[in-house]
Amino acid sequence: MEMFIQMLVAGILIGGVYALIGLGMTLIMGVMRIINLAHGQLMMVAMYITFALFQFFDLDPYFALLVAMPCLFLLGVVIQKYFLNPLLKIDSVIPQNQILMTVGIGIVLTETIRFIFRSDYKSVKTSYSTATFMIGNISWNVPMFVAFGLAVLLTTGLFFFLLKTDTGRSVRATAQNKDAAMILGINAEWITQLTYGLGAAMAAAGGTLLLPIYYLFPDVGGQFTLKAFVITVLGGMGSTVGAIMGGLVLGVAETLGATYISMDLKDAFGMVIFVLVLVFMPGGLKTLTKV
Amino acid sequence: MNFFETRRLTKAFGGLIAVNDVTFQVQEGEIYGLIGPNGSGKTTVFNLITGYYPITSGQVLFRGKEMNGFPTWKICKEGVGRTFQIVKPLRRMTVLENVMTSAFCRTNSATKAKDKAMEVLYFCEMEKKIDFPAKGLTIGDRKRMEIARALATEPKLLLLDETMAGLTPQEQAEGVELIRKVRNSGMTIIIVEHIMQVIMSLCDRILCINYGQEIAKGTPSEVANNHAVIEAYLGKE
Amino acid sequence: MKSKYAIIAAIALLVLFPLMVGSDYYRHIFIIALMWVVIGSSWNLLAGYTGQISFGHAIFFGVGAYTAGICTTQLGISAWWGMLLGGPVAMVFGFLMGSICFRLRGSYFNLATLAIAEILRLVAKSWTSFTEGMMGILTIQTFRSKVPYYFLALGLAGLCVFTIYKIMKSKWGFYFVAIREDQDAAEALGISSFRYKTYSLLVSSFFTGLAGAFYMNYMGFIDPDVVFSLYYISIMAILVAILGGAGLIWGPPVGAFIMVLLQELFRSAFFGMAPKWVSNAHAMAFGILVIVVIRYMANGIVGDWPKIHGLWAREKVIPSATSGN
Repeated sequence: MEMFIQMLVAGILIGGVYALIGLGMTLIMGVMRIINLAHGQLMMVAMYITFALFQFFDLDPYFALLVAMPCLFLLGVVIQKYFLNPLLKIDSVIPQNQILMTVGIGIVLTETIRFIFRSDYKSVKTSYSTATFMIGNISWNVPMFVAFGLAVLLTTGLFFFLLKTDTGRSVRATAQNKDAAMILGINAEWITQLTYGLGAAMAAAGGTLLLPIYYLFPDVGGQFTLKAFVITVLGGMGSTVGAIMGGLVLGVAETLGATYISMDLKDAFGMVIFVLVLVFMPGGLKTLTKV
Repeated sequence: MNFFETRRLTKAFGGLIAVNDVTFQVQEGEIYGLIGPNGSGKTTVFNLITGYYPITSGQVLFRGKEMNGFPTWKICKEGVGRTFQIVKPLRRMTVLENVMTSAFCRTNSATKAKDKAMEVLYFCEMEKKIDFPAKGLTIGDRKRMEIARALATEPKLLLLDETMAGLTPQEQAEGVELIRKVRNSGMTIIIVEHIMQVIMSLCDRILCINYGQEIAKGTPSEVANNHAVIEAYLGKE
Repeated sequence: MKSKYAIIAAIALLVLFPLMVGSDYYRHIFIIALMWVVIGSSWNLLAGYTGQISFGHAIFFGVGAYTAGICTTQLGISAWWGMLLGGPVAMVFGFLMGSICFRLRGSYFNLATLAIAEILRLVAKSWTSFTEGMMGILTIQTFRSKVPYYFLALGLAGLCVFTIYKIMKSKWGFYFVAIREDQDAAEALGISSFRYKTYSLLVSSFFTGLAGAFYMNYMGFIDPDVVFSLYYISIMAILVAILGGAGLIWGPPVGAFIMVLLQELFRSAFFGMAPKWVSNAHAMAFGILVIVVIRYMANGIVGDWPKIHGLWAREKVIPSATSGN
């Protein structure tokens, strides 16, 4: 039982960070109706930025957030503006060409990073990387705990932006009905760029927060892209509250699955849950809450 | 036995009842009109008959056979053809290919399907446009192609959903002519239409609904003089 | 008519190729390209014609390859039995995938196919007692010469393209394109979209499975990360078809040869003429190609050919179902 609670705690902590990554993708899904298959790769780029800052300027990963997030925001805006939006004007037999485009972008990002940093494993070893504290009989990993806290903070910030600011309302309006939003004078083109930028920045935050406890290599992005879309579908595509729940569910499922079933299949659990949800609950978790 | 009938047809979307207890009978060979103000549930009735939405309660009977729960494609096979209010051309196919696709409903042979398609296209006077890509057609031709496509499935009953909307008066007159020609070939037709002139000149009998409920039934002149109908269209005095 | 002669000439060239070119290296490139003709055309049947964009064709390639491999490792029979069994086994997986995924539309469908491929990759990796896991399966190739493999691949490619060509001229072909263009309209015309999507998927998975079984026999080695690869099988299949022209019979064959040649150019650093770092950049080139093709050649080389060709010839192009312009 103690073991179970321990794993549950670990799952929820990592789930908080997953939720952050999933939120970014959900935002993009909601406004653009596309799955961003470059999401994990954007996250990976942010991780390398953080790594470089740590390596060359000795900057603490948590402070690097302040650099990595704006950088990824800009990168996201550029991708949306110059690579994704132009595709809307093309009449193609394959309607999913935007998704394919994100695949191409993902490959280029990975290879660019490989070119600069080589393929070998890197890690950011801080003084607190392995620190833990105890509450009762449960041990809490310090960087995970901090990551969870910051994830909650950033998520709250995002919700404040979406619910309370004019720009945030425009984003939600565009997600609901793009044409109507445009008629009402919302610059949909800019909103899509902003959204993609925000989505990328959220992914950047997730990546940076994971860095003190994760190994880093150029191909790390691929698995996080898969996690992110599992979360997005789990939550019900485009539902922000659903994405948070999806992140937590995935975190817990992975940790418990790895402990009780098989370590090797850790990454497969997410996929299996994903397919089950698609088949039995096509609306995702949000159908349970109606949010 | 009625050729086609609905019994107490009802459809609820969540709490909203879009079609409420609609019952009507259509006899073989007649043109039956379904009218009502915007949003009164006419197209929903068509979507229920053709299986696009599951029926909440009630029955749809075609030649004595209950069709509730049939998938859309099977209802077509049973002999009910339809057109869409918002036309749905197969955009990257030519006119001929569009009609051939539906002719395959009754045959597996490409030659036979082509012959059937050509026959229908001549009937609809579209033979000069067979090689046009469907996405480039004018709205009038698109509507005409919808009818041709429905006819090529060799239906016994044809459901026409606002085939005149958006047409010029000239095209409307040609459309009415085409529908008469279809009826004279022995087809039974149910028609949803907004343009009263068209309805009045074509239909043998009419059902008027509002808020999903029947408000009048009868011959065109009976319905046109009905108080409830006038109120529904023009509002209360 | 001109295109008919071009096709006959291309086929004649392909048949004579191994007799004219003695180099095993070039023969190998052509064998791989012919294999990609099969995979690309199969993907094209399901996606380009039927409109169901699969991000998981590695499922069928991997299953075909593993069927052949497991014939040797578990059943102790020749991997050539895989050429008989690979297609049908892949079809079984296709049927299962269809019954799960065809309930979904749009992005949901794309992602479900991708997820199933990933699940199979991870299972193949960890079920060591059955699949040998990450070690992969190693068999001894039957022929030392490339020529038998070449003609086998050519036969497979020919059979695949011809079958799809015939299908697209028939009722199935019309129904597939109708589903791609408008599923609601198709249903109203008496087409069971679920049934015909499944037909399309079954044919598609059969040929992709055959290609997988061929790969096992030809290469003599497979492992889960290669045959179930998202990028180098599933995405490559999409790219081959789109580069050549999705929804066009000659699109994938043209795309396959260009893709494989381009990849080889980079892998070999332009046959050793460019500096060595170029060979490390072949994945990068692959990514850039994805972007360029999607951005500037949405209809592919064959599809946009009238546009390119039209610069000096003024032939009127009539689009048709089988050319899905």
